[in-house]
Amino acid sequence: MSSRVRALFYAVAAAVITTLPAAAQDSVKIAYIDPLSGGGASIGEVGLKTFQYLAEWTNAHGGVAGRKLEVVAYDNKLNAQETLVQLQKAIDSGIRFVTQGNGSAFAAAIEDFVTKYNERNPGKEVLYFNYAAVDPALTNDKCSYWHFRWDANSDIKMTALTNYMKPRANIKKVYLINQDYSFGQSVRTEARKMLGAKRPDIEIVGDEVHPLLKVTDFSPYIAKIKASGADSVITGNWGQDFALLLKAAADAGLQVDWYTYYAGGTGGPTAIKQANLPDRVFAIAEGVSNEPYAPAQEFEKAFRAKTGVTLFYPRAVNEIRMFVKAANEANSIDPTKIAAKLEGMKFTVYDGGEGVMRADDHQFLQPMYIANLGPIGKDQPFDEENTGWGWKTAGKIDMQDAIVPTSCKMNRPS
Amino acid sequence: MLELVTISALNGVLYGMLLFLMASGLTLIFSMMGVLNFAHASFYMLGAFFGFQISQILGFWPAFLVAPVLVGGIGALVERYGLRHVHRHGPVAELLFTFGLAFVIEEIVQMIWGKGPVDYRVPAALDFSAFTVFSTNYPAYKMFELLTAVTIFAVLFTVLKRTRVGLIIQASLTHSHMVAMLGHNVPRVFMLVFGVGTGLAAVAGVIAGPALVTQSNMAGALGPILFVVVVVGGLGSLAGAFLASLLIGLVQTFAVSIDLSVADVLGGIGVAPPTGGVLLDVWNVTVAQIAPIIPYLLLVLILIFRPTGLMGTREH
Repeated sequence: MSSRVRALFYAVAAAVITTLPAAAQDSVKIAYIDPLSGGGASIGEVGLKTFQYLAEWTNAHGGVAGRKLEVVAYDNKLNAQETLVQLQKAIDSGIRFVTQGNGSAFAAAIEDFVTKYNERNPGKEVLYFNYAAVDPALTNDKCSYWHFRWDANSDIKMTALTNYMKPRANIKKVYLINQDYSFGQSVRTEARKMLGAKRPDIEIVGDEVHPLLKVTDFSPYIAKIKASGADSVITGNWGQDFALLLKAAADAGLQVDWYTYYAGGTGGPTAIKQANLPDRVFAIAEGVSNEPYAPAQEFEKAFRAKTGVTLFYPRAVNEIRMFVKAANEANSIDPTKIAAKLEGMKFTVYDGGEGVMRADDHQFLQPMYIANLGPIGKDQPFDEENTGWGWKTAGKIDMQDAIVPTSCKMNRPS
Repeated sequence: MLELVTISALNGVLYGMLLFLMASGLTLIFSMMGVLNFAHASFYMLGAFFGFQISQILGFWPAFLVAPVLVGGIGALVERYGLRHVHRHGPVAELLFTFGLAFVIEEIVQMIWGKGPVDYRVPAALDFSAFTVFSTNYPAYKMFELLTAVTIFAVLFTVLKRTRVGLIIQASLTHSHMVAMLGHNVPRVFMLVFGVGTGLAAVAGVIAGPALVTQSNMAGALGPILFVVVVVGGLGSLAGAFLASLLIGLVQTFAVSIDLSVADVLGGIGVAPPTGGVLLDVWNVTVAQIAPIIPYLLLVLILIFRPTGLMGTREH
């Protein structure tokens, strides 16, 4: 090979090598790691639809720092091992942003992995956006600079819920029923602690835990609730554990008020309608579909028309919008720069009002809503699962009224 | 107290009958063919989805009749063109075949109906409460469940024990050559039994679909408990499966209502329970908390102390 040909060859090779990553940078990719097969698939699919819609929405509104946003789905099969395998796969393919929500155990695995990975690979940092895993530990003793949580953690949710229950004098006897794992356990301990402090006159007449997603017949539990004489039930149950619980209550004709975390999940509204409990099932959330706030209602309408499902994760909207804002302000898609912008960022949230990404622990603080499900009125356009019943705002808890202190000692990159 | 006992007993019987409804087909296939059908819960799921689809078009009652026939037909085809060939390679091959079949069916169901639950509702004709005990309602649909389970038990039992057909079926398993010599088509007998067994699973699916949640993971959620019923009852004993279903239903239901832990019992007899250590959780777990696990505990104990099950005659 003559030297001129060799020089030309090197020049071409260099050009190819430098243009390849540039071509890949055309879009910003977010890895969505959640269950897409097996028992959790129905939940994971809803999340995926939400993020795919948000990517489309972002691209129609200018993209991320001039680039297109793309969501890449990875199936973790609700398994910690598989979660890390998929995470590694995502990172290997050059993805620097990861989002996950279902299951605090998997969230903890990702948080830990990302923290260690970033320590060992300076310049290749990965950010973890958590949209639904609510174990308080993730932003307390396990907190990480690279983890940002948009969902209120379960202590914040319980604070808001008990704030709402506090002035309601008709609550006298409360029954707790939860799933037997870290989240369910934290719901029951916090409920006891906070009700004890805010309403010492309330009697806790039952405190039940049952195996996670294993019970097919809840009628024995309903019989117990009935026998206890409870007027209200607090439950963190989600998925089929909530739908079947309410179905059994409907069958037995149990008439109590339900204070829940996830009554809005698939099958929940249908079961509530069957149980004929209008306006008696409450759910704590960061957004309510029928909240009279025009931008949110327009978004929900377009979202439903396109995806065919209810917007279950207003927090995912906040997540992507804030990510876009941070990238645009930094005019970069470098994760370290975006993390620096996100920390302490103030933001007008999905349903109006201001939220802030607390710098101390990267927990997003935001106004919280108590919604209840019942027949909808004229100016309330959204119903659930074709029941004719929809979520309406029963109470709003301002951001500063649901702040829970953090024990996080943040280890910031130097 | 009386209230809780009465209601628990009722709930236990109702749940037990639902279990029997699902386990009857499995028992039939096992007892008459010696095949432990891992895909049984998948046929149950197919029944639920067929029932849902047909009831959308024709209503619940036609679905209740048509869906089991269709699923039974599919079951018969599976036996004729799949299981029969695998049978030559022995029981392990059969087991693996049905194991694989379960995954195939789940995947197909996901492709057609998606991964989320479908909106399968109790028919309007049965959507009222049949009676009320201590201000707790019992829906008519659950009575319908109970009635179907008892009917299936009675019919199956009579056919197997009191008719010529039952005689031939039973003889086919133990003396298949002799039955064939007498001019009966033994393979066809097996095909029919497998078809009827899967059809029964579908009956359970059509009925349980609206009562529980109809979605693509329902087979996985119910599969394990069916094996507990069959093993505890005695592999292949119909009456045993009936008894075991009732037993498991009642045990599980009553266990839920017992809020007693080891620490409470120790306290009751004047021994101070330990207040620390790694076993603290074990002392304080209540019977209610472990209720749904008790059937599996029963399974382990039965296999150790009475491998033939409550009423089984053969050891496997």
